[in-house]
Order: sequence, then structure tokens, then C-alpha cells
Amino acid sequence: MTMLRLNGITKVFGGLTALEDVSFSVNDGSITGVIGPNGAGKTTLFNIVTGLYTQTSGEVYLGEKNISFFETETLAGFGLVRTFQNVELFGQMTVLENVMVGLHTKSRSGILSCAFKLPGQIKEEKYIREKSMEWLEFTGMTDLADMMAGNLPFGKGRLLEISRALAARPQVILMDEPAAGLNSRETAELSLLIRRIRESGITIVLVEHDMDLVMDICDSIVVLNLGKKLAEGTPREIQENPAVISAYLGSD
Amino acid sequence: MNMITEKKRQILIFLIFAAAVLSAPLFLKGNYFLNVLVFVGINTMLAIGLNLLLGYAGQISLGHAAFFGMGAYVSGIITSRFPVDPFIVMILAALCAGVLAFVIGFPILKLKGHYLAMATLGFGIIMYIVFNETVDLTGGPSGLSGIPNLHIGSLVFDNDLNNYYLVWLFALAVMLLSINLSQSRIGRALRAINDSEVAARVMGVNARILKVQIFTVSAIISAIAGSLYAHIMTFIAPASFGFNFSVELLTMVVVGGLGSIYGSFLGAAILTMLPELLRVFQNLDIVVYGLMLILMTMFMPGGLISGLGLITEFIVDKIRRKKDDHAQA
Repeated sequence: MTMLRLNGITKVFGGLTALEDVSFSVNDGSITGVIGPNGAGKTTLFNIVTGLYTQTSGEVYLGEKNISFFETETLAGFGLVRTFQNVELFGQMTVLENVMVGLHTKSRSGILSCAFKLPGQIKEEKYIREKSMEWLEFTGMTDLADMMAGNLPFGKGRLLEISRALAARPQVILMDEPAAGLNSRETAELSLLIRRIRESGITIVLVEHDMDLVMDICDSIVVLNLGKKLAEGTPREIQENPAVISAYLGSD
Repeated sequence: MNMITEKKRQILIFLIFAAAVLSAPLFLKGNYFLNVLVFVGINTMLAIGLNLLLGYAGQISLGHAAFFGMGAYVSGIITSRFPVDPFIVMILAALCAGVLAFVIGFPILKLKGHYLAMATLGFGIIMYIVFNETVDLTGGPSGLSGIPNLHIGSLVFDNDLNNYYLVWLFALAVMLLSINLSQSRIGRALRAINDSEVAARVMGVNARILKVQIFTVSAIISAIAGSLYAHIMTFIAPASFGFNFSVELLTMVVVGGLGSIYGSFLGAAILTMLPELLRVFQNLDIVVYGLMLILMTMFMPGGLISGLGLITEFIVDKIRRKKDDHAQA
């Protein structure tokens, strides 16, 4: 079963081709790594899939649905969320409140029912709070619930961003360099967490520079180089692929 | 979890505040100060309205006096000419401002930062010109008079005491609804937009529509305040709804505390009473407001309400330490 499918994605910025005819599929319940040297177009690819950029040509499918031209805010409702390389938290809100925003698409109350505290809204608010606490428990952040997110250490911030994304009950999470800036212990914890997320039935796509992590947890790997897909396969196949080796180490 | 106690604390604070507001006239009978407090109430509504937009959603408006003026003029023009129930006209005035905000909100709120400030500034100036130039309707620069007082049956709101209760019932309602809103999924979504719009959108918050919605709510609150103002003053002129007043509103919100409903009250109270105390400055008031804005953003970006918080914390800490010393001795 294919969960996410990219078909001939091309992105041109001005005269510069950032991505050229990139196609690959992500299986349901898998962990897929997207790797490649700096400037390979990995983050551009993520931005296209999550609707922050519009591709010049090509399509993105989530399951059977063509999501190419939906805006970012709609995609969360379809079950596609992401985390950011630089950790985008709501710094002036508590840890718990950050996760509560994650349930935005799982709740409906509008301005009026919120202002007048209609019975449905009170019930919904309780549901949001309870669910959010459950997700904080899942990621082991219960103790930090009342802390300002802006005061969290970097590693915990990463964890919070993942908790918030999980709260949206996604089908797919895209993680942009989840291990960047983490120490080795935090990275080990992250790889355990990513596995647990997959076990809960969520498909994961990650861009990552930490090769040990990628080779360890990914079921399949896509290699980009200079905007083109260079190779695709299992970690073992990728490690032995001569084109990949020369792209990383330089040929000549 | 301490969420139950936190909720109870919030309710308690509001009840104490409401009780203080409603009992204040008992101590101020026949006092000129009561008249000032009527305007503190109107300005509190306006400051909260702007704070929802600026403090929560993080979107600036330098033209909010225009919505205030719109409420005042729609009410004033209609009730001074036709024998209709002013309360019904007040609803109409609120709707007019709401529709206008909704329509201009879509293009304007696509802009960010300085550009949004410029666009709202332009909107405010255009409305100010409309108030001045449509002489047949608004009376132009010389103003519009003969606006009737509000009344419910034989109860006429034509003295300070009645006006005080009228305005403050509205202001307390706006306060309570805004507090509810700020603690809901909508309030969190607004603050999320303020902190990181891209992350909010990724989590499914429709930032574009939510910004327009809160801009509309903000305009409606301002227009209701404007309508109350018109009926209390019975005379209105464009000068009350110009750029200077927009800046004054902004100062109230920033001085009181961005993103704090009680802060908005504090800012409104200070900025309303200040001119009474500082008559020496006369036309230099806008300079004073500018200075206050600069000083506040430099030294107390959380506003006076956060300053109050810090001071109470300091005192509580001192007392606790004293107790500890006693215990040790």
C-alpha cells in the first residue's frame, strides 16, 4: 500500500532548477529517509509536499488523493503534518498549549461558541486537554506541561514539536532533520521514539544528515543529488550503490 | 493537575473585578470622577478589541479609531434623524463595521508588519476624510449634534451614574467574552499565529481566515463602543476618530500589556485619566503617548500588567523569606 506518492516533481526558482522530475513512493507504515548532500533539494521537496511551495510541475498523492494544490492549513486535516529543521514552536505558550494547538483540526468550536462557552465547547476543551496530556505522556514530557515552550532546551523543543504533530493524529509525519542539534543520547532516544510512532501506525518520512540514524531506522532511502533522484532502495542497497558513494565522497 | 484551580482563580479574579466596578459608584456619588470612569469603560472596550487583534493574533492596526467612528456615526446619523430604537441602530452600526472589516480584511491582512501598519493607517485616514467631507450626512468638521440618549422604557441614560452602569455592563461583557475566547482553541490558534504563523498553518490553523475573523470581531467591539460614545456625548465630531486616537488606543494596549485583557483595562484607565492630570501638555499629548510607547517597549515589553505581576512576585517572595528567617530563628 502506498501512503505518499510523488510523481515527477519539478521546481524552478527563477532560472534555477531546484528539483527535476523527482518521483518516489512511500509505503504505508514505513520509515523513509530522504538524504543527499547540501543543496540537493531535500527541504524544497518537503516544502512542496506540505504545500508551502507550489511545484512547477508534477503531483503529490496522499493515498489516492491528489494533494498537489491544497494549501498547508488544509493538509493537516487530511493527515499530513511536518516538523521543522529549526524547531518552530509557539514560544510564548506553555508546552501543553502547544500540543493543544495540534488538536486544532480535531475540534470545531468557532469564535462565538468559544466566547459564549457553549456546552459543546466546554466538552471539546476538556477533550483537547486530555488528549494533549496523553501525547505528552507518550513523549515523556508530562512534567514540563506548564513550562513556557520558549524556555525549553533545544532537545526538548524537538520532542515537543513531534508531540504537537502527533496530536493532529496524522497518517504521515514529515520530519526535517529531527536529529540536528541533538547530542548522542538524545539521538538514541529519538530513534526509539520514531520507531514507537511507526508502531502506532503512522508513516514517517525524514530528511536527515545523521547517516547512522538513517541507516539504522529507515526501511527505505531516497537519495537526492543536485535536484535529481540519484538512487532509491534499502539502507544496504544505498550503502553499496557506487553513484551514491561518488556523490558523497566525490568522483574523479 | 492544577487546571481546575487555575480556572477557579480566573473566575474569582473576574468576579472580584466585576464587583469592584459595579460597587465603585457607591463611593463616588455625584463625583466628577464617575464621568471619567464612563470613558475608561468605553476605552476599555476599544483597547480589548484592539488587543484581540494586536496582542493575540499579532496583527497591528493603526486605523482602529475608524471603526469607533463608524459605530458613532451610523448610530448618530440614524437616531438623530429618525425615531428608531437606538439599541437596534447600535446592532446595525456593529454589523456595518463588521461587514466593512470583513471585506477590507481579506486584502489588508495578507500584508505583514510595516505594510499592514501602512495599510491600516491609510484606511484610518480615508475614513477620517469621509467623516469630514460627507457634510450632508455627518455634519462635516463642525460635527453632528442632536443625538438622543439611550433609554430602556422610562430609564434614560442621561446622567453619569446611569451611563456608568450602561457602559460598564457592556465593558464587563466584552471582557468576559474576550477572556473566554482567549482561553479557547481560537485563542490558542491566534497566539500560535503570533508566535509562528508557518507552524500554526502546518497544524491546520487557517491563519488567513482567522485573522480576518478576529479583525471583524475587533471592529464590531469598537463600533459598539462608538455607538455608546455617540449616545452619551449626544454630539460627535471627526476629531475624535482620527489618527491621534488610533495611536492613543495602540498606546493603551501596549502600556497595559499585549495579550492581557486586564492589561487593556489598566492601559485604558491610565491613558484616559492621564490627560486630566497632565493638562499642562495640551496638544503635546501625542508626544507623551509616543514617549510612553518607546519606554514601555524598551523597558517593560509585557506592559504594566506584567510589571504588576513582577512586583507582586517580589513582595510575596520577600514575605516568604521573612517567614523563613523567623522559622530559622
